[in-house]
Amino acid sequence: MISYIIRRLLLLVFVLFGVVTLVFFLIHFIPGDPVDIMLGDYALPADKQELRSVMGLDRPLLIQYKDYVSGVLTGDLGTSIHSKRTVLEEILERLPASAELMVGAMTIALLIAFPFGILAALKPYGLLDSASMFASFLGVAMPNFWLGPLLIIFFSIKLDWLPINERGGLENLILPSITLGTAMAAMLSRMIRSSLLEVLGEEYIRNARAKGLAERKVILKHALRNALIPVITIIGLQIGVLLSGAIITEAIFDWPGLGSLLLEGIYNRNYPLVQGCILVIATIYVVVNLITDITYAWVDPRVRLS
Amino acid sequence: MFRNKWTYAGLIIILFFIVTALTAPWIAPEDPYEINLVLQLAPPDADHIMGRDNNGSDILSRLLYGARISLVVGLSVVTISGIIGILLGLVSGYYGGWVDLILMRIVDILLAFPGLLLAIALVAVLGPSLTNVVIALIALGWVPFARLVRGQVISVKERNYILAARTSGQSDLRVMIIHILPNIISVVIVQATFNLAGVIISESSLSFLGLGAPPGTPSWGAMLSEGKQVILDAPHVSIFPGLAIMLVVLAFNFVGDGLRDKLDPKTDRK
Repeated sequence: MISYIIRRLLLLVFVLFGVVTLVFFLIHFIPGDPVDIMLGDYALPADKQELRSVMGLDRPLLIQYKDYVSGVLTGDLGTSIHSKRTVLEEILERLPASAELMVGAMTIALLIAFPFGILAALKPYGLLDSASMFASFLGVAMPNFWLGPLLIIFFSIKLDWLPINERGGLENLILPSITLGTAMAAMLSRMIRSSLLEVLGEEYIRNARAKGLAERKVILKHALRNALIPVITIIGLQIGVLLSGAIITEAIFDWPGLGSLLLEGIYNRNYPLVQGCILVIATIYVVVNLITDITYAWVDPRVRLS
Repeated sequence: MFRNKWTYAGLIIILFFIVTALTAPWIAPEDPYEINLVLQLAPPDADHIMGRDNNGSDILSRLLYGARISLVVGLSVVTISGIIGILLGLVSGYYGGWVDLILMRIVDILLAFPGLLLAIALVAVLGPSLTNVVIALIALGWVPFARLVRGQVISVKERNYILAARTSGQSDLRVMIIHILPNIISVVIVQATFNLAGVIISESSLSFLGLGAPPGTPSWGAMLSEGKQVILDAPHVSIFPGLAIMLVVLAFNFVGDGLRDKLDPKTDRK
């Protein structure tokens, strides 16, 4: 197990290094002079020169790269163009809202996926299974920038049950969480169903039933626990879907999270902020994936050996 | 031919989608760009079944033209990124060694960016336009193809018929193209079908965020973004473009499932 973790950590360091490199070079993909684009055509030459030297764009590429990497390692992600605050400060300010939305979406997804996945596996090809299969097809195909507006039209405008936009109490969190969590619920419920169905065919389940264990106990204690193992990996991967889906969901609901910050950065051509947001989102994703992989290897020793 | 009736439903929708895209200029009731401020946000009625948008343009006409954007972006991205991915995957899986090592590490790095994040980043620096959306989606789209093809090549390259072809003195290129590729192409086609759905969603997502089609273009994603601005006064603007995206994505997913059952009987998913 230790050697598996060390191997994965080495890969993590390599991948993060690659991510930082790619994010650094992003600003050099800009067609034309990035300073002109960031400050606009009417900026004073002195201001341009100042920004150029603050960002180090007047130095050789390799030096810039070295400075960027050592900056990132010490938590310095640069300075936001217009507010003059540090990028890290602006990101940390928005992180709680994003975390709240992620937890909300995850909760919705699990609350939907578990009951439907389990019930569908208990009666495969039954009415409920077919219905949940169809619903999950819809859930995957429905873009969240359509689901969000539909929920607003129905629950906020027609029924006037829930508030639109803005972060606030729990009732403000409901619609964004459903918008973001639906696709994950759809994937997860199918995954739970097929995984549980596979486990239910195993001999030890027949054994548990044969010794007279109540069906409820067979399912919850013997089958579900084993069925959850492959589901863990899917949850890890789905967090990536949530992270990038959150950018759109935050745009729909004017949710003041990391995704909105990234978009504000893009619209205002505030490239240091854009770089910082992308770096932070990718890092969260990579670390979450590492944690799920290690958890997976921990509960299923077969994984470590391959 | 297919076991599942949903596959046929998917095929019919796709056929309808393609015909719509090809014939939009002849079947659209109005010019999709025509601005008619007097009729701004007019709700659906008998003549204009989907109503009018912020500019007073006929939503049905815009939807029909939007099909062209989705189709062109989807096909060009999947074709080009598919070819790049297949070639890289063939070379990587066939030769192994350092070529494989480097390529797979690049893949690891690209996969560290969840979902659309890197596409958003690329379009952010290149500037918002449909062409740049296509470039960004190609830049990322080859990854799943390369991984898939690499894995398949590794699993078939030690088989006897491949070894026979190699010992008979055929060139590596010939072995890859004539002997390996035809044996793995069916899984690639299945992947491409699912990818088409993914690319259509990605293009609409980027256009929704204002990073794709310029304002006024009848891209389905951009139409939803306009709909969001007037959601309180005219919810009808938001309904139809989303419905179109969902149906087309659903259709490609159904057909992908059907093709997988048909072409790849080994992965019999119960």
